[in-house]
Amino acid sequence: MEWTSLCFWSRALTQENLATEPVLQHTPLHSLHIEQGAKMVPFAGYDMPVQYGLGVLGEHLHTREKAGLFDVSHMGQARLMPVNPKDDAAALFEQLVPGGIQTLKHGHIRYSQLTNEQGGIRDDLMATRFGNELWLVVNAACKQDDFAHIAAKLEGQATLEVQDRALIALQGPQAVTVLARFIDGAADLRFMQAAWLSWQGADVLVSRCGYTGEDGFEISIANQQAEALAVALLAEAEVEAIGLGARDSLRLEAGLCLYGHDIDGSTTPAEADLLWSVPKRRREEANFPGAAIINQQISDGVGRRRVGIQPQGRAPAREGTEVQNSAGQPIGIITSGGFGPSLGAPIAMGYVAAQASQIGTEVQLIVRGKPMPAIVTALPFVPQRYAKG
Amino acid sequence: MSKKFTKDHEWISLDGDIATVGITAYAQEQLGDVVFVEVPEAGRQVSQGDDAAVVESVKAASEVYAPLSGEVVEGNGALEANPELVNQSPDEDGWFFKMTLSDAGQLDELMDEAAYQAFLKELG
Repeated sequence: MEWTSLCFWSRALTQENLATEPVLQHTPLHSLHIEQGAKMVPFAGYDMPVQYGLGVLGEHLHTREKAGLFDVSHMGQARLMPVNPKDDAAALFEQLVPGGIQTLKHGHIRYSQLTNEQGGIRDDLMATRFGNELWLVVNAACKQDDFAHIAAKLEGQATLEVQDRALIALQGPQAVTVLARFIDGAADLRFMQAAWLSWQGADVLVSRCGYTGEDGFEISIANQQAEALAVALLAEAEVEAIGLGARDSLRLEAGLCLYGHDIDGSTTPAEADLLWSVPKRRREEANFPGAAIINQQISDGVGRRRVGIQPQGRAPAREGTEVQNSAGQPIGIITSGGFGPSLGAPIAMGYVAAQASQIGTEVQLIVRGKPMPAIVTALPFVPQRYAKG
Repeated sequence: MSKKFTKDHEWISLDGDIATVGITAYAQEQLGDVVFVEVPEAGRQVSQGDDAAVVESVKAASEVYAPLSGEVVEGNGALEANPELVNQSPDEDGWFFKMTLSDAGQLDELMDEAAYQAFLKELG
């Protein structure tokens, strides 16, 4: 067995890595993960659970069927406040993202991206409006850069207050039933809404969103109360602890991008098929980084596009796999690929030349030197089941 | 004969001239849920250390090396339809392939059960 290819699991198996690794940070739930029997791996500078006793497959299916609890405390949280109380942080933040942020209502959440001058994606994020302030949640691996970038670009206009808080996700069709037992008002939120609520006297920011394609919540809570809340939720019959392995397969089935893999500084929202998050007003204003390039791609079309890809055999096609057209010419690359437990079949997403991005296009994936038939497929692979309306 | 083991977590069981090769319980445990297996076809010549089979779990792909030199006489076709056999029965039904040996002396370089258990302990 070639253990070096076990990306997620490699640390436990190659002892020499232990000595050279930088010191990993711990989330407030770290000791709970160990207690729960998690297999821990380094992720974005943190020692994080990749799976627990159920295993990736079992954890994935449990989340789709009942409710899964995820520690996402490694992600970055920050509060953006206007320097002048008459200003609006949401309007100011639009200088950095192509999303419609100032049109957000109080307590509503929006998905957007920090773009660079080339229209590429520095990071993707969630922004929630409270009054004239924003609450931001960004990716763990990017958070230092993001916060430095936002603070520098909005210096004198807005103040960024980085939050040292835990973040717990409860995802799955029974998440709402479970959370309603603990937090009054949680069940009143609809998809992409958030509110400051209370749990045992602690202020908790409850957001009805997530990254699994299921209904669910993210709960921001003070570090010292996080373990007690996680323990209470895990004691409910519907809830199991879920690691990063299943988080990855859940989001891939849901067609959601993983930063650094499916999107990065070299992919634009147009290429990444994220234009649904760039409203007409922002395209017309064209006042965010890279707007000219993104607008040109909107009018002239893109050279490559992110698509879903369904391998026709049983072999998964991993990240980095070459995509060819039926004539054997290279037309793209897989950026996320693996096995979809809910489908019982391999699934992937990646970038292909625009002319090959039509749903139903037959392509070939070069797996271990051999061409494997695959079909360009609509995303998501599994219907999203958000609590809309 | 009793089983022999490699540092790459394969087991080899010799019955007459035929060696059966699989991955150990420890290996399947580390891999997690196996979702795809590709075994070599009968007649393939392999040298010790060559890529011989592929095993993939939900998250990771891994090569299985030929632990010895020789000729593959049979791949375990059952693993194509039921890759989970590798998790359920790594030591028996989840075998990968059978082969004849071109150099039986290579067997002596492998670990016996006690040495493999000690090796696992070292890994921690």
